[in-house]
Amino acid sequence: MKTTSLNQTHHDMNAKMVDFGGWDMPLHYGSQLDEHHKVRRDAGMFDVSHMLAVDIKGDGARDFLRRLVANNVDKLLQSGKALYSCMLNPRGGVIDDLIIYYLSESHFRMVVNAGTADKDMAWMLAKRDELAPGLEIIPRRDLAMIAVQGPNARARVWEVIAGSQAVTEGLKLFQAVLFDQYFIARTGYTGEDGFEIMLPSSDAVEFWNALLAAGVAPAGLGARDTLRLEAGMNLYGQDMDETTSPLESGLGWTVDLKTDREFIGKQALLAAPARQQLIGLVLLDRGVLRSHQKIAIPGDTSDGEITSGGFSPTLNQSIALARVPLSINAGDEVQVIVRDKPLRAKAVKYPFVRNGKILV
Amino acid sequence: MSIPSDLRYTKSHEWVRLENDGTAMIGITQHAQELLGDMVFVETPAIGRKLKQGEECAVVESVKAAADVYSPIAGEVTAVNPDLELAPEKINQDAYAAWLFKLKPVNAADLNHLMDAAGYQKMLESEDH
Repeated sequence: MKTTSLNQTHHDMNAKMVDFGGWDMPLHYGSQLDEHHKVRRDAGMFDVSHMLAVDIKGDGARDFLRRLVANNVDKLLQSGKALYSCMLNPRGGVIDDLIIYYLSESHFRMVVNAGTADKDMAWMLAKRDELAPGLEIIPRRDLAMIAVQGPNARARVWEVIAGSQAVTEGLKLFQAVLFDQYFIARTGYTGEDGFEIMLPSSDAVEFWNALLAAGVAPAGLGARDTLRLEAGMNLYGQDMDETTSPLESGLGWTVDLKTDREFIGKQALLAAPARQQLIGLVLLDRGVLRSHQKIAIPGDTSDGEITSGGFSPTLNQSIALARVPLSINAGDEVQVIVRDKPLRAKAVKYPFVRNGKILV
Repeated sequence: MSIPSDLRYTKSHEWVRLENDGTAMIGITQHAQELLGDMVFVETPAIGRKLKQGEECAVVESVKAAADVYSPIAGEVTAVNPDLELAPEKINQDAYAAWLFKLKPVNAADLNHLMDAAGYQKMLESEDH
C-alpha cells in the first residue's frame, strides 16, 4: 500500500486507517462528526499528500494548457492565481478535475486526484509528445500537502509559520504564494476559509505537529467527504467520471464554450447538449441518502440517481447530490427509493453550507 | 475491549440478553459500532412483527455506511428502543446498553445455539488475521 510522509504519524495518533485508492489513509481519528464540526467552527487539518502536484515547465506551457483543459487558463493573469478545471477526453468525459496554479509563463503547477494520478500522467505525457514536445511534465511526489481549514485556520497557520501572515493575509480566494519552502494557497475542499499548503515531504511531520500544538484538530477522509458534500463540491469517480459530461455534472461553469479556443472534448460537448443536471437533495423523511439510490419522478419515466449522499452533520439531516432530468427545479419534491421504500426529498440549489452557514 | 459474559452473540455481530421476564433484548456489539463509526440513523422493526431466525429486521446507519441487523432468534417484536430515533449515538457511547428491539422468543432454548462471550472473542480474533 502507498503511504504519505505522515503515515506513521496517523498510526501513532490511533487513526482508523482505510485503503483509499491504494493509499493507506486516515478515515478518522476517533469521531468523524467531531472532526467535521471542528472544521466548521474552528480549524482542522487534512493530510492530502496522496494527491499529486505536477509541474508543467517550459516555453509554451500556457498554449499546451489551452488545449489540455476545459476551463480557460487565459483567466490566469497574475502569478499565484489558481483555476479549477476539468481535463476531458475527446468524447467530452471527465478524465479528472484539478487545480492549476499560474506561477510564470514557463511554470504552471497542477494538483490532480490521487486515484487518477497515474492515468492523468500518462494522458498528459502523451498529449505533451503530440502537442508540445519541448515541455517538461514533472510529478512532485517529493511534496507533502496539508489542508488547514476552518474559520480560524489561517490564524493558526500564521502562528506556526513565522512571517507568513504578512505574505498571505492579502491572498484572495484561489490565490497562492511561495514563502520559504512553503507553497501556500487559499483554496480548499470544505466550504470554509483556510489554506492548502505544499511543503517538502521531509518537513511534513514537524509542520503537522506544530499545527497540532497550535490547536488544529486532525481530520480524516470521512470528515473531508461530509464537508465537501455540504459545500456542494464534486467528488471525482462519484459525481463525474470518464463517461459523464461536465455539463451534466454541475460543472458547466468551469467549461469555457464562449471563446473560440479548441480544447480536447469541446466538439463532443457542443454536439451533445446537457439533458440532465446535478441538483441538491435534502431528505424530508428519516433515513440516509447514499450514492446510487434511484430517484422516482412523478409523471416522468426517466429516472435520476444519487451521485453522492450522506448525513450532513451541520444540517443534522441527510443530503445528496443527484443527477436528474432538466425538468426538476429547486423546490420540487422527489422520491428516493431507499431499501425498496420511497422517501420524500426536496430538490435544492447547492451548496448546502458555506462558511459555517446553512444555505438551504 | 471487554465482551460481556452474560450475553449471547451472532456471527453478524448482534448481541442478545435474556431478561427475567423471558423476553430477549437485541443490539449490535461494540466491535460492530467501532467498524461503522458515528451512528446517525436507526430503523427498528414494527412491534408485533414475527421474525424468523436470521431475518433482516433493522438497519443501523453511520456516517460511513448502512448495515443490516438480523434477528438472532425467532420471535415476535414486543418493543423498540425509543431513545435511538433522536440519539443514535447512544450505540457508540455504550453498544451493550443501547438495545434496538425486544423479542418474545418462539423458543428460548434457541439462545443456546448462539456464541457465548468466549466464542465471540475467538471469532473476532480469527477475523483479525
